[in-house]
Amino acid sequence: MSFLLLGAQSPSAARRSFLRGSGLVLTGTAVALLAGKEALAATHGAGAESDIRILNTALGAELEAIAAYQVGAESKLLEKAVLDLAVTFQGHHKEHADVLAKTIAKLGGKAVAAKAKYDFPVASLKTQADVLRFAAQLEKGAVSAYLGAVPVFGNRDLSKAAASILGDEAMHWAVLRNALGEAPVPGAFVA
Amino acid sequence: MRLRILAALALALPPAASAAGDAARGSQIYERCAACHSIERDHTGPRHCGLFGRKAGTVAGFEYSAAMKHSGIVWNAKTLDRFLANPLKAVPGTAMGYAGVPDAAERRDLIAYLAKAGACTK
Repeated sequence: MSFLLLGAQSPSAARRSFLRGSGLVLTGTAVALLAGKEALAATHGAGAESDIRILNTALGAELEAIAAYQVGAESKLLEKAVLDLAVTFQGHHKEHADVLAKTIAKLGGKAVAAKAKYDFPVASLKTQADVLRFAAQLEKGAVSAYLGAVPVFGNRDLSKAAASILGDEAMHWAVLRNALGEAPVPGAFVA
Repeated sequence: MRLRILAALALALPPAASAAGDAARGSQIYERCAACHSIERDHTGPRHCGLFGRKAGTVAGFEYSAAMKHSGIVWNAKTLDRFLANPLKAVPGTAMGYAGVPDAAERRDLIAYLAKAGACTK
């Protein structure tokens, strides 16, 4: 039970629900809530099927991002501080992938698996800046992908979760741009 | 007086559709697609080289949704414009869970860039 579920209930029912659930661990993030959210399991029909497809596409991209950061980490091109940053960001993508997979399962879907092999432009990664630019490009794309996914989920809680991940990807993008010596936040809006 | 009326009409009407988009601007718009697509390589989405004239859902080795495979679409400026405006409406069941590019001028630029990408080299 989460605060997100209380909105559709009467105040007294909501209060009872909250009191019943107060013994559970309530995390502060929308994404973490999703993995254990009972309401998701009750979502059926074409809307749920569409949501599962969108989540699986996002999961596929997250798994690819994890692999891309692995390429960067193993490239031997990164200074220690940059390597630490890459591993941290990769860890975030692993967390995104984990919660997306759990949410797909909760909705009754089958989560896509990581591909055995990804096709990255490895030959063009010759310097640390090349690796940073490659990662920044993927993170920028991820921001746009989640921005495009937020309005198309049938379940508003999934939109909220996607927006939460979008915020994280945007921070990655900004930090990577900064590391490249570029303006970390190039504009007031993302597209 | 006639000039004033024409000027007022010109301001009131949306800009006339230009024949072709700007591929350079389209290249920047294409950066939004980078999490899932690239020109030469398959990622979460299929590669975009050789897109024009290709039947949707036919890049060898890429796993498409059934909806895309059976869409019957052949990609050209017109079909891309319709799809990019609202992918989920154009091909219900597509794996491209993306709201689309609502701005017609941006779509024209993006399509101009995709057209310029040309054939695949590998």
